Amino acid sequence: MNHRAIRAIYLFEMARTWRTLLQSIVSPVVSTSLYFVVFGAAIGSRISQVEGVSYGTFIVPGLIMLSVLTQSIANASFGIYFPKFTGTIYEILSAPISYFEIVLGYVGAAATKSIILGLIILATAGLFVPLHIHHPVWMLAFLVLTAVTFSLFGFIIGIWADGFEKLQMIPMLVVTPLTFLGGSFYSIDMLPPTWRTVALLNPVVYLISGFRWSFYEIADVSMSVSVGMTLAFLVICLVVIWWIFRTGYRLKN
Amino acid sequence: MSPIISVANLSKTYGSGFKALKNVNLDIKRGEIFALLGPNGAGKTTLISIICGIANPSEGQVLVGGENIQTSYRKARSLIGLVPQELHTDAFESVWATVSFSRGLFGKPKNPAHIEKVLKDLSLWDKKDNKIITLSGGMKRRVMIAKALSHEPQILFLDEPTAGVDVELRKGMWEVVRTLQQSGVTIILTTHYIEEAEEMADRIGIINKGEIVLIEDKASLMQKLGKKRLTLHLQGRLDTLPESLRDYELELCDNGATLVYDYDTKGERTGITSLLGDLRTAGIRFNDLDTTQSSLEDIFVDLVRTS
Repeated sequence: MNHRAIRAIYLFEMARTWRTLLQSIVSPVVSTSLYFVVFGAAIGSRISQVEGVSYGTFIVPGLIMLSVLTQSIANASFGIYFPKFTGTIYEILSAPISYFEIVLGYVGAAATKSIILGLIILATAGLFVPLHIHHPVWMLAFLVLTAVTFSLFGFIIGIWADGFEKLQMIPMLVVTPLTFLGGSFYSIDMLPPTWRTVALLNPVVYLISGFRWSFYEIADVSMSVSVGMTLAFLVICLVVIWWIFRTGYRLKN
Repeated sequence: MSPIISVANLSKTYGSGFKALKNVNLDIKRGEIFALLGPNGAGKTTLISIICGIANPSEGQVLVGGENIQTSYRKARSLIGLVPQELHTDAFESVWATVSFSRGLFGKPKNPAHIEKVLKDLSLWDKKDNKIITLSGGMKRRVMIAKALSHEPQILFLDEPTAGVDVELRKGMWEVVRTLQQSGVTIILTTHYIEEAEEMADRIGIINKGEIVLIEDKASLMQKLGKKRLTLHLQGRLDTLPESLRDYELELCDNGATLVYDYDTKGERTGITSLLGDLRTAGIRFNDLDTTQSSLEDIFVDLVRTS
């Protein structure tokens, strides 16, 4: 195991975060605070409670997931796309480092960033609404699992993308709508039965539901289904990445 | 001594069906400077990319330091430093950070003294804290060399190291390459500048259309293929050559003002003495004479044209 190489990639990526602190950490915190103002205060004043929890408190796990998902994808996809774009990928490919170690460096850094971000948003939320986390270990486990899974997904997008437009396309056109429709701001039990069934096809529902359960013990689907679906997505991403490196897809010609 | 790089029956066919390399066989000796010459699209960069792990071979095998580049890629790659043709650098990192990153990537423990030496050797020490984006093209090229040398490689690939570099800097780079060779590093460089190969290389390989058409010691190549030309500037114009000079296969040029004689330097008898004697007998006088030797460039152009 070339642990020095993993460390070099990890620290290189983390250095980018600190260098672009405003964009990496501050801007997601500001936009989350705005969600609280708009959804929590404006809409929340008209919806008193959802399943026994005040509306402002109810949306906290969904908001954290919204940021963690989008930031994991953005961080990891940009992290691997940028060396491809500038050409510096030659150095990674010619170094004595295995594919697994490359992924560990990039995905590890991307996931770390979004976990830090998730915790900052959680702390920010604590300033707006009272919070009580029933299962902190599960909460952390879910946060880490989601950050890692979606960083892997972002890594795949970064390899696949051959232009900045494609890099933005999946996060904007697929992930953001799925997150908004995945129960970030409402319980899917509030939907009419037909739409509820449709919503269950959205993988993000399971993530948010599981994450919310770890906070308030309320969930749209059972906890085991949530964990199972997340793990299934993790495995799919791992298989795709294994295939990418095996074939050299968009990396080696 | 076993070769430090051994390429056997290497072929590369791209997805489009284009055959970039056709059954290439090549051994690089330990400690030499090997120049790979070839026109654009001849397969130089493809060959380097495969040896360094950036492209996959279609057929054949490559050993670096006796290690197979595919099955034992860690050992093979850790011996190699690569300076690619294009200026691929980070933008916002400092020179020090990017060179240190390369060392880490190759699994070497931190060694600030070595990085300092590399930067000083490449006249980059006073720029160590500058962001790469602020450097000139020539400096970026040297940063790339510094990155390649950061992990103390035994083999250095320089893919067109002096393309687009001014004359002074080019000579500076030649100095760096020579110093590296003296420290025991094997150097493989590709170039368009024949002058560069002529100046630097111990051996020369010529690649054309994916095939190695020649590998030769530079000196013996010059000796083997080098011809000399004697040009005589005549006092008066000649319309035709006398019959007595027919065997020399002379050529009358400039409307009979100069007489040209090609001869082989490897032959024991060049025929010059007898030619001059016969000219005197025939009453042909000349004001001046000069000789020229065909350059590597002439040899290269000849080979590429005929292959």
